[in-house]
Amino acid sequence: MKSRSYLPYYFIAPAAIIIFGIALYPILHTFFISLHQINLKFPDLGMSFVWFENYTRLFRDGRAMGALFNTLFFTVSTVALELVFGMIIALLMDRALRFRGILRATVLIPWAMPTVVAAMLWRWMYNDQSGIINAMLVGIGATSEYLQFLAEPALAWTAVIVTEVWKTTPFMALLLLAGLQVIPREVYEASEIDGASRVRTFFTITLPLIKPVLLVALLFRTLDAFRVFDVIFVMTGGGPGNTTESLSLYTYKTMFGALDFGYGSALSVLTFICVVIISVLYIKFIGTKTQ
Amino acid sequence: MRSTKKSKIGFGILVVVTVLLMIFPFVWQVITSFKSPGEIFQTPPSIIPEQLYTQNYKDVFTAGVPFHWYLRNSLIVAGVTTLVCLIIGSFASYVLARFKFKGQALFLGILLAVAMFPQVAIISPLFLFFRDLGLLNTYPGLILPYTTFALPLTIWILTSFFRELPTDLEDAALIDGCSPFQSFYRIIVPLAAPGMVTTAILVFIFAWNEFLFALIFNTANHMRTVTVGITMFPGLHEVPWGTIFAASTIITLPLVFMVLILQRRIVQGLTAGSVKG
Repeated sequence: MKSRSYLPYYFIAPAAIIIFGIALYPILHTFFISLHQINLKFPDLGMSFVWFENYTRLFRDGRAMGALFNTLFFTVSTVALELVFGMIIALLMDRALRFRGILRATVLIPWAMPTVVAAMLWRWMYNDQSGIINAMLVGIGATSEYLQFLAEPALAWTAVIVTEVWKTTPFMALLLLAGLQVIPREVYEASEIDGASRVRTFFTITLPLIKPVLLVALLFRTLDAFRVFDVIFVMTGGGPGNTTESLSLYTYKTMFGALDFGYGSALSVLTFICVVIISVLYIKFIGTKTQ
Repeated sequence: MRSTKKSKIGFGILVVVTVLLMIFPFVWQVITSFKSPGEIFQTPPSIIPEQLYTQNYKDVFTAGVPFHWYLRNSLIVAGVTTLVCLIIGSFASYVLARFKFKGQALFLGILLAVAMFPQVAIISPLFLFFRDLGLLNTYPGLILPYTTFALPLTIWILTSFFRELPTDLEDAALIDGCSPFQSFYRIIVPLAAPGMVTTAILVFIFAWNEFLFALIFNTANHMRTVTVGITMFPGLHEVPWGTIFAASTIITLPLVFMVLILQRRIVQGLTAGSVKG
């Protein structure tokens, strides 16, 4: 069609410009800053070019490597749990014709809550004096005295992971449900006639059929978990003793606590590179497994 | 499905447990917000408040923290972000749904990349730019990054809605002498109104709930948003949980109502693209 050749470009221009200006160009600039020594505490010193000094420091910095490990641990454990619980809830919603509305409405509540509010709320529920979780644990006899959930590393991790899983499982469940609903009912009926057990039907029919959706959901959740900030910032602040500190949180503290923008930017670049690697791995996997 | 009585009961129990687990923390938040400071710190906690203590809700607006400012800031930032996203996003989505053009795949790839982007990766340059441009502690300083990160979602959802609209009307409009731009805003936009509503809710919730940029860019008390505000309630000796949960309830309740009323649409929007694409 004539006179239309440039039209699409006019229409996407505003979106392209803002994305370029606020996301793409800045990521290059982050890399640029990371090659400099720049500390806002000493503005007179300005920026001095130091090559890859910030990066060599990064690999010698036990706290940075710890934060990387913590972030990976958090990502793997929350995504794995979300997958299991998300699948259970999705299957419930798929089968529960009468209760589907109620289930969908209730799972949307954690999803809609601001993460900060959810984290505050769970922090309170874990309280070592008046927390309902401690009261319940004592009530069922799981523990004899109230636990200091956020003061002990293993318990603090549990607390943070439970909160994140509660908040984000709904997203996983809703995506998986969308995948389940496109499976024609006849497929299940055929499998039932053939005498396959439910567990077998799930693994040989349901799972392969929702694999594409499942991988997309996993990709989104993995990358979202990898940039975790709010939950940890509010619940533990990275403590006790940096044991729950994530990469984003350490970056934030480096930049806005120590005001060390050069090193903070190197940490940002590390986060970015990890995200790129994770995405490439997933996309390769999605590409080969769904063809 | 074979439904024996036993499996039906098991199924029912699972449904009830799920509903309770999902809903209980929110209910507990509301309950705590109606407890007096003395009752809040009881061991073990009381399940039902002894009396309906409403002072927490008054304290939200009077206890030294200008919470009504936070509410206003969040409303403006989230509202404008939603509007800008819908306008810019619907333009892009229209051509993505209707045309094939060079660079389309690249544009979609970039969108996907932005959706997966760790926000922390760009805060250092953005902070320095915004500082130099005087955008720290302003509304545009939040609206710009929020729009950027909400655009991929906006464009996905709107593109999938636009694709479902029949092209006949636009063709007729073009024959009648409408420009492509006219046919876009006279025909496509009104027809896609339901999709616009869905997108608007999702973008609004994203912007309303955002924390990291708000924490870093708007540090002046009068420019804070609600999410940052609730982490900053000052306590004399103890964290003022009652006030915090009253504030939390105030900022969550509108979202909860929205999702309860519009749940079908929200789920449709959330899953747009993930199933087909």
